[in-house]
Amino acid sequence: MNRARQNIFNMIAAHTLLLAYMVLALFPVFIILINSFKTRRAIFRHPLMPPDTDSFSLTGYETVLKQGDFLHYFQNSMIVTVVSLFFILLFGAMAAFALAEYRFKGNSWMGLYLALGIMIPIRIGTVSILQIMVATGLVNTLTALILVYTAQGLPLAVFILTEFMKQVSNDLKNAGRIDGLSEYAIFFKLVLPLVRPAMATVAVFNMIPIWNDLWFPLILAPAEETKTLTLGSQVFIGQFVTNWNAVLAALSMAIIPVMTLYVFFSRQLIRGITAGAVK
Amino acid sequence: MILGALELKNISKSFGNVEVLKDINLDVNEGEFIIFVGPSGCGKSTLLRIIAGLEDATGGEVIISGKNVSALPPSKRGIAMVFQTYALYPHLTVRGNMALGLKQAGTPKAEINQRVELACDLLSLDELIERRPAELSGGQRQRVAIGRAIVRKPELFLFDEPLSNLDAALRVNTRLEIARLHKQLGATMVYVTHDQVEAMTLADRIVVLNETRVEQIGSPMELYNNPANEFVAGFIGSPKMNFIDAERLGIRDAKTIGIRPEHIKADYEKGDWPGQIIHVEHLGSDTNLYVDTKVANPLSVRLFGNHDFKAGETIHMTPLADKTYYFDNDGERVVPADK
Repeated sequence: MNRARQNIFNMIAAHTLLLAYMVLALFPVFIILINSFKTRRAIFRHPLMPPDTDSFSLTGYETVLKQGDFLHYFQNSMIVTVVSLFFILLFGAMAAFALAEYRFKGNSWMGLYLALGIMIPIRIGTVSILQIMVATGLVNTLTALILVYTAQGLPLAVFILTEFMKQVSNDLKNAGRIDGLSEYAIFFKLVLPLVRPAMATVAVFNMIPIWNDLWFPLILAPAEETKTLTLGSQVFIGQFVTNWNAVLAALSMAIIPVMTLYVFFSRQLIRGITAGAVK
Repeated sequence: MILGALELKNISKSFGNVEVLKDINLDVNEGEFIIFVGPSGCGKSTLLRIIAGLEDATGGEVIISGKNVSALPPSKRGIAMVFQTYALYPHLTVRGNMALGLKQAGTPKAEINQRVELACDLLSLDELIERRPAELSGGQRQRVAIGRAIVRKPELFLFDEPLSNLDAALRVNTRLEIARLHKQLGATMVYVTHDQVEAMTLADRIVVLNETRVEQIGSPMELYNNPANEFVAGFIGSPKMNFIDAERLGIRDAKTIGIRPEHIKADYEKGDWPGQIIHVEHLGSDTNLYVDTKVANPLSVRLFGNHDFKAGETIHMTPLADKTYYFDNDGERVVPADK
């Protein structure tokens, strides 16, 4: 950092604020993590204490791994999230490219129509979606979830990506055309790499709600073999008795994959930002 | 018969109801350097893009080397284009940028390498060949863009305001570079600019465009010495030509009289038009005066060398008689009966 712009007081203030915010944001996660390693009694007696030799226990994790097919739930959640994100990004980017690049009749109406989905919650249509899934025999398949999540994520993806695609230089695309690149090659080789930060943003925005969703798995795919992690964890929450060890352990493990995905996408995000800055 | 390198037949273009080009006809000879010049919005860039095939003409034909290419995609037209914003592929090295077009066309690898190296030699890019565009300066990027055009060995080079994004010193250098390349390659070049200095210094022939039409086509000196109308007379030359209402000079057979600032003499003692100096610009080689006179305000006068005129002084101006231009009501050039 530039020495002339350095100011000890400002730096301390900024770091204090950021640290405070970090503590606030991480606190619930921290509580879940420490309590997942404690005995049931210790969880209720001293919920804020870290586990010690007396209260340390892995019963939660044992229950989770024994009861139900947890790895399988993990796998289901992972498949649904990753495949949905892939389709959201692919179709969203393609629609955005068409809207941003080509002049055709009804272009702006089409853009508006595709963006309408942002304002109308997809859950309003749950009954019809269920009817369609029953009619097409897709109930209790992961395909049903992937289709619904793709539809749910597309409006925002198209909206954000269209704006970014419009900023990609026309000259660059034209240079590609003169060099004999097809429209697909221009899209995949020239435009997509340049809007990567926007793609990462869209991915992060969509990833968390899909991973955490309980509604559609419960309605469309409640069968044992298609249960997602969120739905799977519900077996430990009963109407009268809740197995807190198991719930906390399940939640702790659920954080890991989504965290990995986030780190992966945020890297793209940062790389995109710096690449633009030095250009 | 020598086939023309480029022929435009009745090209017209409209966006919706807005007409940008109307009935453009042009013949470009092989090896010629043609420059389209005109104020912004005159359609010169659109015309270039129609030649390139990046934009469809509403009517008319584009013929390159005797072949009608109106329905061909840009890559099949035998052209190469250099853009104002360089438009280099950010993820490819200098070598990759130059080679991409040839790779797409299925050129053998050995030949690609040879052509890329030749272009790098020509443009002194040898040391930068493995760098990416982000690691190059503006001038180097533009040279890479020119190199990318050269390796394609096109029948026609198209330049879309290639110097506009460069700073003044670099612009002069790159201008010389382009002139040198034109001589060395002997290629046909079509170049768009809004800068009349670029047009005057580079072109074999200049096409002056204004509001959908071609105003005049001619060599730089033809346009300067013999402008067809008021627009061309005002557009070519800097400072701009003075236009004086003919009535004020008592001339009947013309509407407007044009006289270039460098064709006016200034004197303290005697002259046709007395006036007061409003502003003086000392450029070293030239001195520009802006004078408040009865015939025109301001009347600009360009004197060669240093002069000690000061604002507020009264001086007398005399136009060189055989260097005045007469224009009629429509702005067309007329030759008066007594001349």
